[in-house]
Amino acid sequence: MRYLLTRRCIRTGQMNQQARRIGVFVCHCGINIGGIVDVPKVVKYALTLPDVVYSEDNLYTCSSEGLNRIKETIRKYDLNRVVVASCTPRTHETLFRATCEEAGLNKYLFEMANIREHCSWAHMDEPDKATEKAKDIVGMTVAKVRLHTPQEEPEIAVVPSTLVIGGGISGMTAALSLAGQGFKVCLVEREPELGGMLRHLHKLYTTMEDASEGLNKIVEAVRQNRDIDIKTSTVVKRVKGFIGNFDVSLQSESGETANLEVGTIIVATGADIFEPAGMYGYGKFENVITQFELEGLLRKGQLEKLGTVVMIQCVGAREEKGRTYCSRICCMTALKNALLVKQMCPEADVYILFRDLQTYGSEYESWHRMAQNEGIKFVKYALEKPPEVVAIRDGKVTLDVYHALLGEQVRIESDLVVLSTPLVQRGDARELSQVLKVPLGPDGFFFEAHVKLRPIDFATDGIYVCGSAHSPKNSAESVSQALGAASRAAIPMAVGRLRTEAITAEVDESLCGGCGTCVKICPYGAIEKDEKGVAKVTAVVCKGCGTCGASCPEKAITMRHFTDEQVMAQAFAAFRRATA
Amino acid sequence: MTFEPKIVGFLCNWCSYAGADLAGVSRISYPTSIRIIRLMCSGRVDPVIVLEILASGADGVMVMGCHPGDCHYIEGNLQTERKIKMLKKLIEETGLGPERLRLEWVSASEGGRFADIVKEFTDQIKTLGPSPLSGEKSDPVLLENMQAAKWAAEDFRLRVLVGREKELIDEGNVYGEKTLQEEFDKTMDEAIQAEYTRNRIYLMVKREPQSVKQLAKRLDLDAQKVLRHVVVLRRRGMVTVDRVEETTPIYAALELGK
Repeated sequence: MRYLLTRRCIRTGQMNQQARRIGVFVCHCGINIGGIVDVPKVVKYALTLPDVVYSEDNLYTCSSEGLNRIKETIRKYDLNRVVVASCTPRTHETLFRATCEEAGLNKYLFEMANIREHCSWAHMDEPDKATEKAKDIVGMTVAKVRLHTPQEEPEIAVVPSTLVIGGGISGMTAALSLAGQGFKVCLVEREPELGGMLRHLHKLYTTMEDASEGLNKIVEAVRQNRDIDIKTSTVVKRVKGFIGNFDVSLQSESGETANLEVGTIIVATGADIFEPAGMYGYGKFENVITQFELEGLLRKGQLEKLGTVVMIQCVGAREEKGRTYCSRICCMTALKNALLVKQMCPEADVYILFRDLQTYGSEYESWHRMAQNEGIKFVKYALEKPPEVVAIRDGKVTLDVYHALLGEQVRIESDLVVLSTPLVQRGDARELSQVLKVPLGPDGFFFEAHVKLRPIDFATDGIYVCGSAHSPKNSAESVSQALGAASRAAIPMAVGRLRTEAITAEVDESLCGGCGTCVKICPYGAIEKDEKGVAKVTAVVCKGCGTCGASCPEKAITMRHFTDEQVMAQAFAAFRRATA
Repeated sequence: MTFEPKIVGFLCNWCSYAGADLAGVSRISYPTSIRIIRLMCSGRVDPVIVLEILASGADGVMVMGCHPGDCHYIEGNLQTERKIKMLKKLIEETGLGPERLRLEWVSASEGGRFADIVKEFTDQIKTLGPSPLSGEKSDPVLLENMQAAKWAAEDFRLRVLVGREKELIDEGNVYGEKTLQEEFDKTMDEAIQAEYTRNRIYLMVKREPQSVKQLAKRLDLDAQKVLRHVVVLRRRGMVTVDRVEETTPIYAALELGK
């Protein structure tokens, strides 16, 4: 190989002393590969490659017969590296690795050559070229596997307890579920009492039960549970460690600190209500209030007789910039409160000015109809032409709104204007996100690992999210997600131990200059500077992406199983056939 | 014989590699030019590796990752983007042509898009012709330029700038001062040029000790600028005064013991 004259990048392979003995198994996959690629030719070619001592073709390498051949051959020919040239490693690598392990070979001494998805299937009209490409792919794979070294997946124990941050409906539900499964829970709430947002609400749609009724029951259950340690007026100050072994520092309002060890963490910190300062005269006139404040008035029965009530939807939500998201719960909250107002003052005129009414699902949609039947008036307005307060006189607010369906300006004189404002992330969420090293999304809410496939996990193992901390939710949705988060957290704790990733970054301390670039780059917070000022990888936290290694200014970081040397050997083999 | 390009493709395991799998599963055909290397994340692609592969005669290099926002490793792909941006500028300096390197986002569901991109890039490389660094005899000047580029990509300064770009722009430095993207790009461009030129100077004096004036002529640069680079190289312990001819110092390269 012709490496450029190099200063320090490529460390020449100090291979283990043992001679390399590579076996290459080329699969016909019925006619899937063999019908296009000349498989015997590939086998013949493989035998010319350095360190390849054995090669054969199989009709189906993944059949039990094929797998047995691999095991037999490993023993018979004393193979210490195996290549299977067949399909994609994304589906079959696990199987072949397990086969190698059964024959006593470390599974990281195996590598797959994808000559089906990336070759025979894609080049069916060009069999000759496909065969050449298959040879190259096998050559590249052999070049890489030659430099493979055995890797270990360390096993660690999982502490069977959870830290639940937030004592609202979500946090309490998760805590009860986990305690019910036999795990210890520490439930931390920054307010002096449990309950969260529900403490301030009046009735819940669609059951119309008092929010306090259900809440009191669950608070009581949490208090009675001996496995739940409640810490109110307390915040999480610092979290170190990783899944199975988080080291948490708590701080109470009075400044006392407490430390505990937990295996998993659930974030259930909820959300705040957006305060629409200055919008529609809010903050200036007492008869312009938020939907949240209306809940309070309804709860305390402080609402006087009303003539006209106007509710304005999407105040400070679904904007062009800033809070672009839909807060999801405001439409149903407005419908519910409009109906309650109507119940209290049947003669009142209630308007809901909306942009789009989100009453998803059959139940919510039937509420929309019910509200129409009860005489609540719906006026659609457009983002470009929002309602405008034109005058406030004698306790009456005069509003002009462009009725987007009628196409004309409408004037409404009202006694009370109620603004439906979105839920927003709490002010201290960013701090918590940094303490936990988990991300916030573009809307400021906690950001899950994958919107569809891992909606409750963070990308960081062992930390989960539920409730409105994740996105605006009603109580039923929060409860469902909390139960989900509790189940997710229970998995590693029920098993009690876990195997960690073998493909991790490794720092050469003698090369590290302590610049800290990797610390900043690592999306998992897996790298810290130790007391010597040198970067240190917590292998359990590392996911093995390799970005730190590719960015390290001193080239002090090696990515196991994807070293510079391995990757380059693989690449060179692609266009420099049979050079060694 | 018609020119059949050899292209090395670095594909991330989670999106692009799966996209290439899907192209196969869907029996979508594309040119046989690409040789795929699976990495866990496109962020693993070290600029040095790309330069090394291009210098060794690959006709083209493709890097493919998840679409922004879809990265399995949160934002490894954005680091890739910063690296490729720097690399393209560096390759442009060498004269090889940045069109031989391409970054694309391909998701696991975009088998068709993967095939289209390979086809399009292959056509582009065919138009460009074989790499001047392929074959038995490669252009020695270009090779030395690639070497200078590789060393520049290996050195602390460019790597730290690329690695810290997001932080400097989004979070600010230790004093909380944020950098504007334009300012950063300007600094980056200057750093690329400076580091590349310094490494060329080093290689030139390594071949044959020479004066600033000679270097300036060969580099087609202002002598003042060259002198400043030489001063930096001396400070870094890479270059020393070999001898003084009349009043002109002649510089030579020091062996680097790393």
